[in-house]
Amino acid sequence: MSATPKSDLLWNEGAWTFSDLQHAFDAIEDIGLNDLGLDVYPNQIEIITSEQMLDAYSSHGMPLMYRHWSFGKAFARDSMNYQKGYTGLAYEIVINSDPCIAYLMEENSMTMQALVMAHACFGHNHFFKNNYLFRQWTDASAILSYLDFAKKYISRCEDEYGWEEVERTLDAAHALQDQGVFRYNRPPKLSQSEQMEKVMARVEHERETFNDLWRTLPQREEDDATAEARLGEVRNIKLPEENILYFVEKASPSLRPWQRELIRIVRNVSQYFYPQKQTKVMNEGCATFVHHYIMNELHRRGQITDGAILEFLHSHSSVVFQPEFDDRRYSGINPYALGFAMMEDIVRIVTDPTDEDREWFPAMAGHGDWRSELRYAWENFRDESFIQQYLSPKVIRDFRLFALGDDGRKPYYRVEAIHDEQGYRDARNALASMYDLGMHEPNLQVVGADLEGDRTLKIRHTVYQDRVLDKKTQEAVMVHLKYLWGYDVQLTQDKQEG
Amino acid sequence: MSHFIDRRLNPKGKSLGNRQRFFRRAKSQIKDAVNKSLRDRSVKELEQSGKISIPSKSTAEPRFRLDGASGKRQHVHPGNKEFTTGDRLRKPPQGGGQGGGKDASDSGDGEDNFSFTLTQEEFLDIFFEDLELPNLVKTSLKEMTAWKWRRAGVTVAGAPTNLNLLRTMRNAHGRRLALKRPSTAEVNELKERLFNLERIAQPNEEQRAEIKEVLARLEELEARRRWAPYIDPLDVRYNAFAPQPEPTTAAVMFCLMDVSGSMGEREKDLAKRFYMLLYLFLQKRYEKVDVVFIRHTHHAEEVDEETFFYSRQSGGTIVSTAIEVMQEIQRDRYPTQDWNIYVAQASDGYTQSGDAQRCVQLLNEEVLPILQYYAYIEILDEREMDVFSDPDAGAELWRAYRSIDDERFAQTRIAHPRDIFPVFRELFSKEKKGKAA
Repeated sequence: MSATPKSDLLWNEGAWTFSDLQHAFDAIEDIGLNDLGLDVYPNQIEIITSEQMLDAYSSHGMPLMYRHWSFGKAFARDSMNYQKGYTGLAYEIVINSDPCIAYLMEENSMTMQALVMAHACFGHNHFFKNNYLFRQWTDASAILSYLDFAKKYISRCEDEYGWEEVERTLDAAHALQDQGVFRYNRPPKLSQSEQMEKVMARVEHERETFNDLWRTLPQREEDDATAEARLGEVRNIKLPEENILYFVEKASPSLRPWQRELIRIVRNVSQYFYPQKQTKVMNEGCATFVHHYIMNELHRRGQITDGAILEFLHSHSSVVFQPEFDDRRYSGINPYALGFAMMEDIVRIVTDPTDEDREWFPAMAGHGDWRSELRYAWENFRDESFIQQYLSPKVIRDFRLFALGDDGRKPYYRVEAIHDEQGYRDARNALASMYDLGMHEPNLQVVGADLEGDRTLKIRHTVYQDRVLDKKTQEAVMVHLKYLWGYDVQLTQDKQEG
Repeated sequence: MSHFIDRRLNPKGKSLGNRQRFFRRAKSQIKDAVNKSLRDRSVKELEQSGKISIPSKSTAEPRFRLDGASGKRQHVHPGNKEFTTGDRLRKPPQGGGQGGGKDASDSGDGEDNFSFTLTQEEFLDIFFEDLELPNLVKTSLKEMTAWKWRRAGVTVAGAPTNLNLLRTMRNAHGRRLALKRPSTAEVNELKERLFNLERIAQPNEEQRAEIKEVLARLEELEARRRWAPYIDPLDVRYNAFAPQPEPTTAAVMFCLMDVSGSMGEREKDLAKRFYMLLYLFLQKRYEKVDVVFIRHTHHAEEVDEETFFYSRQSGGTIVSTAIEVMQEIQRDRYPTQDWNIYVAQASDGYTQSGDAQRCVQLLNEEVLPILQYYAYIEILDEREMDVFSDPDAGAELWRAYRSIDDERFAQTRIAHPRDIFPVFRELFSKEKKGKAA
C-alpha cells in the first residue's frame, strides 16, 4: 500500500462521502464502458438506510408497489430475520428501469459501495439493457410510472369499493400470478406504454366526469363499447391459452371492470418479473463477473489500496461461496457461484483453451476476444440455454456436479451422471433443465369456456414425467379461480403423449 | 452518466400500510398467539418486543405446484465425493423429494408456523384490546368536575394579555371608514401646502385667502380626527375563555400488600407481576398514572417501590390498617374529582381474627363508593390451589370478601406466574365484569 502514491487513490480510509462516491463511480464507469464495453442505462444511485432497505425488500425491491397484506407479511418475516441476525441484508437492490435505480446502504464501507456500484450500476444494468428477454418482455422506461399508477388505482379502488373486495380480488389474482404470464407469444397488440397511457386516461376520465347524481341511477358499470371490445378480444383468443389470468380477465362473466383492471395489474407485474426468474444465474453471474473485473482493475491501476482489495475479496468470496450438498449450509446451487464460474471459464476458454475446450467449443476456443464473447452470451441467452451452450467439463469437475434421478415411486435416488467423460453431457442437460421454468412450473392451460351455455371454465394440466399437482395447494387455488370466474371451473390432468 | 440521491431522510415505515393490512388479515390468529405467548412471559419481558408465531394457514399464499413426491425428475448437486453413475441412494424417511431441498419445503406449506416480531406497542395493544376499565364511563359522566379553559369567542372586556389584536384593528378600521376619519396622508398634504404657502415672504391677497382656507380645513380635519380616534375603546376585543368540564384523565393506583412473614419471595413476585400489568394497562388508558405503595403488617405505611417489594418486616397482620392509610392518602392527595382511583390488594389471605369483618365494613361503607375498581388477589401455595378449588372455601379474608356485592370489587386467586395473565384478562374483560373467582 505504501508503494501507491496517495494522490491516485479514489478515497481515503474511513467513512465515505458523496465526493468519494462520485470519484469511485467515474473510475468504475471508465473501466465499465471503455474497457469492458458495457452499454448501460443512465444510473440513478440512491443512498438509503437499512430500515428503508427492509421496506424495499418486502415489495419485490420496487420503490413503489401497491398495498397488500402479503407484502406486510414479507416485511414482518424479513425484519425479524434481520433483527435476530439470521440473515444479513443485501448490499444493494437494483431495479430494471430507465434510468436504472440502484440502492446503496449507508452502512456499507466505501469499498463495499464501490463493489456495489460496479455490481449493480454496470453489471446488472448492462444485463437489463441488453439481454434479449428483458428487451423483449419488459419496458424499463415505463415500469415505474406503471407501478405508480397501479398503487394509486388500487388505493382508489379500496376507497371506492371497500378493502375487503379489493383484497379478495388481489388474493385471487396473486394465487394465479404464475399462470399470468405470456411465455411464448408476446403480449397481444398494444405495447406496454400505450396500454398504460390508455388506462391512465380512462381513470382520469372517470374521475373528472364523476357525478354524484349518476349513482342514484341503476349502475351500468361497463358501457356497450367496452364490453364489445372486450368480448371481441375474447373471441380472438385461440384456445388453449396458457395465460389463465389473461383469459379470466377478459372472459370472466362475473367480474366488474375495476376487478379486471386489478387482475391486469397483477398480470403485468408478474410479466415484468418473469425474465428475472429465468436469468438468475446469468444476471448474477454477469454482475459478479463485472464487479470482480472492475475492482481488480482499479487495484491494478493503483486507485484502491491493498486493504480495500482484501476487504473486497472477502465479501466477494462469501458471495460466490458454494457449499457442497452434504454441508449444513447447502440450499441448492448458488447462482452467483455458478454464474461467476461460468463467465470466468468463458474467459479462460477464449484466451487459454485446453484440447478438451477445443473439442467442446470449437468456435469459441482461443479466438481471444473474451469481451465480445461474454457480451454475446449476456445478450442472447437465458439460464437454461446458457448452461446448455457454455457449461464446460472443467466447471462440472470444479463443482463436482452429479445428477440424481428421483422417481416418486421408488424408495431411492439413482445417481445418473457424475463428472466423468460419459456424464458431462447428461449432467449438463440435467442442470440446464433445472433452470427451465417449464419443467418446474405446472403446465396449465385454458382449454375451453362455455360462454354461451353453463359458463364452465375448463383448465387442463398437462402432466409431464408423471408429475401431478399438489393436492392441497391445488384446492386452495381453485377456490380463488372460481371466485374470479364466478361459475364452475373444471380441472383435468392429462398425460402428455409421446 | 449518474446522479446520486440521498434518500436517508425520506420517511421510513413505507411498509406500515402493508403491515396493518397483514395484521388485519391475521387478527384472530395474532391475538391467540399473543395470549398464548403471554403465559410464558414475565412481566418484565412485556417491556420488550416479542416474537410470536401464527399458523401459516391463515396467511397462506397458495399457488399451483407440482407434487414433490410424484413423478420423475432430476436434481443436480455440487460436491460429489464418492458416487459413481448407477449408485442408489436411499431416500430420507417420511415423504420423498428431500433430495432437492427447495422443492421439499415448498410442498410442505400449511403445516408450519409463520413467525415474526411485534413491537411492544403492538403487543400491548393487542393484549389489552378487548379489555376495558370497569366503571370508567359512569364515573366520568357523574363527576365531570375537572375543568379546562377553552376558547369561547371574543368579548369586549378582559385582561390586556388577552387582547385580540386582529379583531380590534379590524373593528377600528371599519369604524374609521364609516366615520370618514381623515387619513394622516390627507393631513400631511394640507400641512405641506400650508408650509409652502407660509414660506412665501409677501403673500398676495389670493395666497393669504388660501392660507386661511387651508388653516380652516386643517382645523376641521384635526377635529374630525379627534372625534373619530384611530382606536376607540369601542373597537377593542378580547379573547374569551370559558371553563369546560373535562373527564379526568389521571389515575392513581394503590398497591396494597401484606409483607408479614407469611409472604415470601414467591408471593411478592406474583403480586409484583400483577401490579405491573395493571400499571401498564392504566398507562394505556390514562394520560397520567400515579402509583402509591402501601405495605402493612400489623400497621401500615407508605413506602417507595424498592422497599415495597424487597424489604421484609416482621409483625402480625392487620389488613384494615392498610385500607385506612390508603383512605388517608387519598383524602390528602387524590381528590375524587381529579383522580380515577384503583386499588390492587395482594395478600395470602390471613389476618387477625375479626379484622376481616372490619375490612369488609370499611370497603362497603367508605372505600368502594369512591373507587373505580378494587381488585383483591389472594396468592396461594400451589398445593393450596387444589384444596381451594371451591370458591367458597378459603382463608378468612377471602371468605369475608365473598360477602361484598359490588361490581367495582373483584377477587381472585393466583398460584402460578402463568395464572397472572388469564386472571388479569378475566378481571378486565369487557363481557364479564365484577366477581371472578
